[in-house]
Amino acid sequence: MRTLTKLSVAASSPDMASEASSVDANSADSKSADGKRVDGKRVDNKAAQQHESAIKHVTGRATYIDDLPAPAKALHIALGLSPVAHGRLERLDLDPVRAMPGVVDVITFHDVPGHTDIGPVFPGDPLFVENEISYAGQCLFAVAAESHDAARRAAKAAIIEIDEQPASLDPVAAAEKNDLVRPTHVQQSGDWQQSLDNARHIVSGEQFIGGQEHFYLEGQACLVTPSEDEGVVVHTSNQHPSETQKLVAEVLGIAFHAVTVEVRRMGGGFGGKETQASPWACIAALIARRTQRPARLRLSRGDDMRLTGKRHPFHSRYRLGVDDNGVIQGGDMTLIGDCGYSPDLSEAIVDRAMFHADNAYFLGAARVTGHRARTHTASNTAFRGFGGPQGMMLIEQAMDDIAHRLGEDPLTIRKRNLYRPGRATTHYGQEVEQLDLLHTLIGQLESSSDYWVRRDEISAYNARSPIIRRGLALTPVKFGISFTAKHLNQAGALLHVYTDGSVMINHGGTEMGQGLHTKVCQVVARELGLALSSVRISATRTDKVPNTSPTAASSGADLNGQAARDAALTLRERLFAFALENLWPQAGLKLDDLQLKDGMLMAGSGEESYRITWGELVQAAYIGRVSLSAQGFYSTPLIHYDREAAKGRPFYYFAYGAAVSEVAVDSLSGEYQVTRVDILHDVGDSLNPAIDIGQIEGGFIQGMGWLTSEELKWNDAGRLLSDGPATYKIPAFGDLPATFNVELLKGHPNSQASIYRSKAVGEPPFMLAISVWSALRDALASLAPGGQCPRLDTPATPERVLMAIAAMQDHGDKHPAGNSREDDAHVQA
Amino acid sequence: MIDFHLNGEPQSLDGLPPDTSVLELLRTRLDATGTKEGCASGDCGACTVAIGEPDGHGNLRYHSANACILPAHQLKGCHLVTVEGLAKGDVLHPAQAAMVDCHASQCGFCTPGIVMSLFTLYEASSHESGSQPATLAPYSQARLEAALGGNLCRCTGYRPIRDAAQAMLAYPADQRCVTWDASEHLAARVAESAQDSPVDGSLYHRPKSLAELFALRRDHPSARLVAGATDLWLERTQQLKVLPELIDLRNLAELQVLEEHDQGLHIGAAVTYARFEPVFEAHFPAFSRLLHRFASSQIRHRATLGGNVANASPIGDGPPVLLALDASLVLEGPEGARELPAQEFFLDYRQTALGAQEVLGEIRLPWLPEGRQLKVWKLSKRREDDISAVLGAFSWQLEEGRLRNVRLAFGGMAAIPARARGAEAALEDQPPSPAAFAAARQALDNDFKPLSDVRGSSAYRRLAAANLLERLRLKIVTSTSQGANTPNTPAMEVTLDAYAD
Repeated sequence: MRTLTKLSVAASSPDMASEASSVDANSADSKSADGKRVDGKRVDNKAAQQHESAIKHVTGRATYIDDLPAPAKALHIALGLSPVAHGRLERLDLDPVRAMPGVVDVITFHDVPGHTDIGPVFPGDPLFVENEISYAGQCLFAVAAESHDAARRAAKAAIIEIDEQPASLDPVAAAEKNDLVRPTHVQQSGDWQQSLDNARHIVSGEQFIGGQEHFYLEGQACLVTPSEDEGVVVHTSNQHPSETQKLVAEVLGIAFHAVTVEVRRMGGGFGGKETQASPWACIAALIARRTQRPARLRLSRGDDMRLTGKRHPFHSRYRLGVDDNGVIQGGDMTLIGDCGYSPDLSEAIVDRAMFHADNAYFLGAARVTGHRARTHTASNTAFRGFGGPQGMMLIEQAMDDIAHRLGEDPLTIRKRNLYRPGRATTHYGQEVEQLDLLHTLIGQLESSSDYWVRRDEISAYNARSPIIRRGLALTPVKFGISFTAKHLNQAGALLHVYTDGSVMINHGGTEMGQGLHTKVCQVVARELGLALSSVRISATRTDKVPNTSPTAASSGADLNGQAARDAALTLRERLFAFALENLWPQAGLKLDDLQLKDGMLMAGSGEESYRITWGELVQAAYIGRVSLSAQGFYSTPLIHYDREAAKGRPFYYFAYGAAVSEVAVDSLSGEYQVTRVDILHDVGDSLNPAIDIGQIEGGFIQGMGWLTSEELKWNDAGRLLSDGPATYKIPAFGDLPATFNVELLKGHPNSQASIYRSKAVGEPPFMLAISVWSALRDALASLAPGGQCPRLDTPATPERVLMAIAAMQDHGDKHPAGNSREDDAHVQA
Repeated sequence: MIDFHLNGEPQSLDGLPPDTSVLELLRTRLDATGTKEGCASGDCGACTVAIGEPDGHGNLRYHSANACILPAHQLKGCHLVTVEGLAKGDVLHPAQAAMVDCHASQCGFCTPGIVMSLFTLYEASSHESGSQPATLAPYSQARLEAALGGNLCRCTGYRPIRDAAQAMLAYPADQRCVTWDASEHLAARVAESAQDSPVDGSLYHRPKSLAELFALRRDHPSARLVAGATDLWLERTQQLKVLPELIDLRNLAELQVLEEHDQGLHIGAAVTYARFEPVFEAHFPAFSRLLHRFASSQIRHRATLGGNVANASPIGDGPPVLLALDASLVLEGPEGARELPAQEFFLDYRQTALGAQEVLGEIRLPWLPEGRQLKVWKLSKRREDDISAVLGAFSWQLEEGRLRNVRLAFGGMAAIPARARGAEAALEDQPPSPAAFAAARQALDNDFKPLSDVRGSSAYRRLAAANLLERLRLKIVTSTSQGANTPNTPAMEVTLDAYAD
């Protein structure tokens, strides 16, 4: 055995090989991630690496924006908010603000040297109000002072006179008047009208789906430092650094290269820091440039909730024709998204709602219409699922309604309507692949959750329990993966290897807790055959990787993992070529003979084996004048969507899952509890089972909050009443179901060539929570006369549940909700 | 002067404004930024710290608290433990190690608070088990909810946090090597720091007797009273008010009584919820179960029943129960004390019978005589740490098949916590029949005209309150007919397990 050891290498970290086999996605095994949970021991799956910041999280050493040491002379910024929802700003007297103690600068619309509109895709988002006020909480001015409290107190001193006008708060009325932030879009497959005319049964219903506050635990925050020349350095809690770079530059009227944006981590994002983290960076940058002092801005919880947009509330209705088996033949679905006052991302969000109006079911000859209604509220924005959840809610309501109409179990109806061979084209023309996957997944879950046994038990229980009623539901998820704005489906990475062998990878994605950096480091470590500990990410920076896409659409690992892998492969090829030419020139080795593994470059075996440690290899390559820095790039193949024709393949692939939820409802109080949840979810071949399970569980509970306890309320004048955690209730510890079985689907690698055949996991599990809402309706249906399934708008608070029960009892079968008798008459005629 | 210990190290602070919070102190003055601000209103738990107080037996007992609404001046004589104080070098505390191993952090922002709540749970368990926490049985769901119900996490969905809580006891107890473990006699030194410091002209006053209190109030009429600070401090953090001068009520022996007398229980106005909870468990179990859903552990360890009463919020959870129990209140004034039935205390929205110079001294709860029942039901959007939309507190006895001395008190139904006199009259001396209760529900509709607000509509409140009377009927009927159930027909369930009374 010949081993090349002559090159003396000073720096070769001893731990670099120690876990070198730790990243093996093929060994991903959900059972081990799951099965070891109860005793709390580390998951023994090697891919189930802990979050790269886990130890920093638990020791308080992970720094967030407001934890950054205050630079000398840093100013603190507070904002002045409009107290009314709609009107004309008649007078803004800020002299009293300037006179408050500690105040250094006050700025308004008129102090912006560059762009005053920071709309991310379409115009419509003024940084400050000029004249017209469009929502209560809209930013009128900013004040910079020597302390956080001084700035906040000063902001309250402004004299504001507004000619108040009636606020438009009803999106349905707005849609009827064509008061829209973007034009209506329609997708159509076949002759929907004829499908209704010919249908054996017509089922129809409508629903209101409430919005959702992101409630990231770290509120919006940034710190801007003036830099040399005319530039700024921006530290921000932000999902889209490149867009913030662009907007800050445009607001200041300077070139993009004068602005550097850095994001180390966010204390939660969920979509709320995709477009809506930029305004604060722009304002702080203005102050920093004007005063030549660092400026920090963090929103108090109440200001954050008043200023920023939320998940879009939707008003939706459907009218579907079904056959005697409850199989959809076609029909008409209308979705009205409440966009708030400006477009923001609403074009794409309502599109995604429309793309998911089928969820996992073949719609036949259907028309799906999406309206983008304007109201005088904050501009609603991205939130995990990005419209998809609202689209799915409508068809899931329809499934329950059809089942109750025909006297079938809702699961039976759902299964009959799933995409299958011959019924595999979506209403926007995309062929659904992996057609058997969802059938297999649901079959496994039906069995592992004892669905049918429990169905019988619950029916028997309900028959003897007048007050407490139980409900059960299985709902599937099919979620399209890719940005529907095609150009965003690209990513870059920058890989540096230093001469001690340590590796730095930068990429365009941001870390908001989802474990993206952990996964990307795992990819690089795997390609270079290194221990995870030898690969590090510093932060996401616009001067490392430019022109990046937001970390959104669940795409972070798909896009950036591929870009990082591309960089690693480039570097690996360089090192292999160097080794063949310079280390082992006489060995007759080919490229294919080489591999990086266990912290070594190795080739051959037995007597003819060649070995060099990673550290030695890197040192040799450096001495040999080989570049140890590589760029990577990735763009998603195959995708396209023709918006004119409303046809295409917007999604590279679909991610699937299903959940069974059981609830118990107190019909006297409307109180309920979720007693058991079983989830089986498809992540292809998992990149990191521990992180993926975390995304599934966290997404599910967040989705459950959206549909149950998280209620946004405005008063009649459009002022947000639920403006803090005292009045806006996200799930708490006790809302975790007592039984919560979460498994990854095994044996179904992604059919597309995604990163190691994994699948995106950020958003899809959110929609598994629809099973909770469906189970609540199931419980209520047991109280309904004559096979109805009562309408249950969301969030289904105890109040809504109780009032739904009361509505059934009041009206008996006169007004069966969610299910129209007129349509039955039509069929009988 | 505030003498306290921070993570084992003595601290002495001078000239701190009275309205400085512990969070502000940590983050802006002591450069300890591990403790986070998530809401500044005591609702999210990101700022959770542990407060160690001498237990009088040479040990420190720790409870969790929200640093964002905790007056820094209340640290005097305490050991403040923050997330920075747990790991010794690279060796993590079991609470931390379990969180890492269970993958229980994602974005990490709530994590320091959760670690601190787990730390206080661990410390309590360590104490209960004679420093052998590994020998303890797994925690009950109720215990975990009590420990973690005040910590919101938006990322994980809590499952791995639940696992970490259960797992941490199994970690080697010698890993509990917090940085300050080595400092011997810490408890003694902490106790010492509670001693009076020389008069320093501070505007944060700590009277020791009622006489001292009345003199202070006379001399400093604009000073605000503070005990748990869990409501007052919201004026500071949410309304940005300056609180230039404060009088702390927690050191008055008269307000700290917790005594069982022949006639009933006397609770000093400054006694914390956490302190009287075990007493209620024994004597007023229905009230005690309500307390599990009253705010969070962090709040219950600071907040006082006196504050809940004197605050006179129409949606406070304590007052309706006091009304149902025919409690009385002792009002202390410079001219002496007077005792007032609780129902005469609440005059109008946030208006009470307290005279300008008076303070609430004691709450007196008469014992429930044999046969007298109490039920307390709270309706809210979220089961834990939420404010009631409607709270019903009902007391009665059944004599010869008839309801007697019926008390039906409600929160959330009027501008003040109030009894439903019409509904009470409809049930008094009646059998618990459907007809009697139908009449009571009818009467209830005339008793209250509730408002619509962020927590519920008027229509919902009326219906829910009426339905609570129906629930009451069913409870009475099922409990009196229990013997009649055959094994094959289980008793009808009237409430959900999670809301069991």
